[in-house]
Amino acid sequence: MNAKLIGALALLALPTLAQDLVVRGERVHTVCGAVIDNGIVVVKAGKIVAVGNERQVQPPEGVRTLSAKVVTPGLIDAHSVVGLAGYLNQPQDQDQHDPTGPIQPELRAIDAYNARERLVEWVRGFGVTTLHTGHGPQALISGQTMVVKTRGETIDEAVLVPRAMIAATLGTASRSKSPGTAGKQLAMLREALIGAQEYQRKLRAAGDDAAARPERDLRKEALVDVLERKAPLLVTAHRHQDIVSALRLASEFGFQLVLDGASEAYVVIDELRLAKVPVIVHPPMARFVEELENASRSTYRKLADANIAFTLQSGYESYVPKTRVILYEAGVAAAYGLGAERALRSITLDAAKILGLDARLGSLEVGKDGDLALYDGDPFEYASHCIGTVIEGVSVFEGSR
Amino acid sequence: MRTLAHSLTLALLTAAAVAQELPHAFVGGRVLAVSGPPIEDGVVIVQFGRIRAVGARTSVELPSGAKVVDVKGKVLMPGLVDTHSHVGGGWGADSSAPIQPDVRMLDAINCRDAGLQRAQAGGITTINVMSGSGHLMSGQTIYVKNRDARTIEEQCYRFPDGTPMGGMKMANGTNSQQDPPFPGTRGKSAALVRERFLAAQEYKRKLDAAALDATKLPSRDLGHEALLEILSGKRIVHHHTHRHDDIVTVLRLAKEFGFRVVLHHVSEAWKVAEEIAAANVACSLIVLDTPGGKLEAMDFDARSAAELERLGRADLVGFHTDDWITDSRLFLRSAALAVRAGVSRETALAGLTLNAARMLDLHERVGSLEPGKDADFLVLSGDPFSTYTRVEQTWVEGSKVFDLSNEHDRLWAEGGWGAGLARAGALCCVGEAVK
Repeated sequence: MNAKLIGALALLALPTLAQDLVVRGERVHTVCGAVIDNGIVVVKAGKIVAVGNERQVQPPEGVRTLSAKVVTPGLIDAHSVVGLAGYLNQPQDQDQHDPTGPIQPELRAIDAYNARERLVEWVRGFGVTTLHTGHGPQALISGQTMVVKTRGETIDEAVLVPRAMIAATLGTASRSKSPGTAGKQLAMLREALIGAQEYQRKLRAAGDDAAARPERDLRKEALVDVLERKAPLLVTAHRHQDIVSALRLASEFGFQLVLDGASEAYVVIDELRLAKVPVIVHPPMARFVEELENASRSTYRKLADANIAFTLQSGYESYVPKTRVILYEAGVAAAYGLGAERALRSITLDAAKILGLDARLGSLEVGKDGDLALYDGDPFEYASHCIGTVIEGVSVFEGSR
Repeated sequence: MRTLAHSLTLALLTAAAVAQELPHAFVGGRVLAVSGPPIEDGVVIVQFGRIRAVGARTSVELPSGAKVVDVKGKVLMPGLVDTHSHVGGGWGADSSAPIQPDVRMLDAINCRDAGLQRAQAGGITTINVMSGSGHLMSGQTIYVKNRDARTIEEQCYRFPDGTPMGGMKMANGTNSQQDPPFPGTRGKSAALVRERFLAAQEYKRKLDAAALDATKLPSRDLGHEALLEILSGKRIVHHHTHRHDDIVTVLRLAKEFGFRVVLHHVSEAWKVAEEIAAANVACSLIVLDTPGGKLEAMDFDARSAAELERLGRADLVGFHTDDWITDSRLFLRSAALAVRAGVSRETALAGLTLNAARMLDLHERVGSLEPGKDADFLVLSGDPFSTYTRVEQTWVEGSKVFDLSNEHDRLWAEGGWGAGLARAGALCCVGEAVK
């Protein structure tokens, strides 16, 4: 009813803008509700103003229309390094990790993002409209992450959330001479957070008295924001003992924890459920070697069965392929027990929730961003193609990939 | 303990041998024989480890006493042939020199490595296992029959002379460019290879000259001996190459020295497909999710298979996992993504099986479901190129080596606690025989 009314309003509003678009799909997966056969999505000024079938929605005249067999919300890759890591894999295009120090939460992703990177264009061509990207899982605290739309020629045109999380990593990926052990990693993290608590106390004590404030410390400022739950700590951990260490650390300092990787999550299901920690699980096609030797493609189903909030990710790749594609990864998760419907929800609405952006992204609902992906068949089928990608009502990819 | 395990193994072996005398008829499935068009409601009859008959149910008579296996709703196809893999945990050549033809993967592979089990779970029944691409020539590859074996001797294919069968791994492009004594440029890479082949030709002349006088025989040189097996055509060169100019360099050297070669990876085959077709050289293609990751793969495009097919040379198209670059458990996916990029399903299927077998000189034994060939086949839950299809069973020479319904086998298929460990010793050694 509402949709009909809003559709009618859209018809009256003139002139049409660049961000106005009508998308028709033989099957429209709204994700928040049932699949709509012969569905219509109307986007006005970048926002969805109507969603429904042909009887419910009267598309406005004179507005460009795209059509596809299958339409879904734009896909959200909940953890990537694309844009900081480039496809050439040469020193000059690898900005996801600075090796000069183990703890550098002050490194901002917005200062390192290449909006014109080919990998951004590549994943956009598979229907990915949103990336949670930034510093990679290669240092104890490697830096900040951010959320971008896969559009624009500069970071300013792309960015949605300039600082999303602070990225930390346990396990062997962040070990060097020091930290060289799991015990040392946790000791260093605790020392850094205790240092931030001290800084926080000084800031609070100074109040509005600028002269009494401690000297600015970018590193501590970033960690204070973690302590004050303004930015979650994204902790990559694969081994069960490292996962439990992350829970222990979160419990000690009270920060908001988002668990990442978590290939042995299935052996600490009860602990994760109790801690109510969301999990951004490793890609199902990640290499099951070294720390991931016990990884399982049934983890997704197990987390779903346990009602633990989770999503997938493309993750970080050091070699070939330089990034994974979240559409492909979700397809494999679907085939290994998660099912297509839940797999799609995982890389749309569930990902949006974990990123705290579900008011804007993740489903085809009136009022949300007009971000859509168009396919010529079941999006997860190997032989299907993405034929269009729309961000806020603007067509950013048309073709067949 | 060891004695007990050994007796158990022997008992199982005996049971397998006896059981296989009974013909088995797999009835009612969709049969993708590769050697012919798909057969709906087909029959595959297996006995003594070989395929005895293949055809429509209406045209194939079931032998009396045959055990009938109902595979209605399933798809049967030949076991997959992976023309390029690094499973088995073996390292061939070391860092002492860029050209090491004397080194054999035979002496390096761990036949109980979990990677081989995962390959079974992915439906791979024949594997060309090789060293990496950090050398111009990193040694002899080994063609593995992917049965559960106690030793590599039990597992490898054999040349007609009885010696373990394999090819020779070579590489050009960037991976093999390193500090001396490795080459630093493409020109140097080609020069080093040419010098080595010329030296082998010289060695051959000395051998020939000594044919009538054994006292004139040169002292044995393992490297030259291996190179002569290349020059005689016995051993096929499996050549890592990505960029269009590197591909053409391989064709040039193969022509100069007359060796048989299969191009591997061939990221830019789509740029020089006409040259490849004219040279009549097969391509074992890698299929990646993303271009790049290294400079020589920056223009990777999955449409290479379709380009060769467009030129009428679908027969030159094959695929490989390059495991761990791609996952053996998802080998079907590589061909499916080539279908996505425009190649026909028929060519994609042949590229996983018969075309691939031809690249290893094994097409008389494997690669299609034809009477007389090895009973290496798969039972799939559905269409081989669907994301949702699972390999349900893998059979090697009439023995089931993987069954998705078996909890332990499922570990190899999906991963889980302990899935990364090498296969245990005691009960390792015989696939479940047909019963």
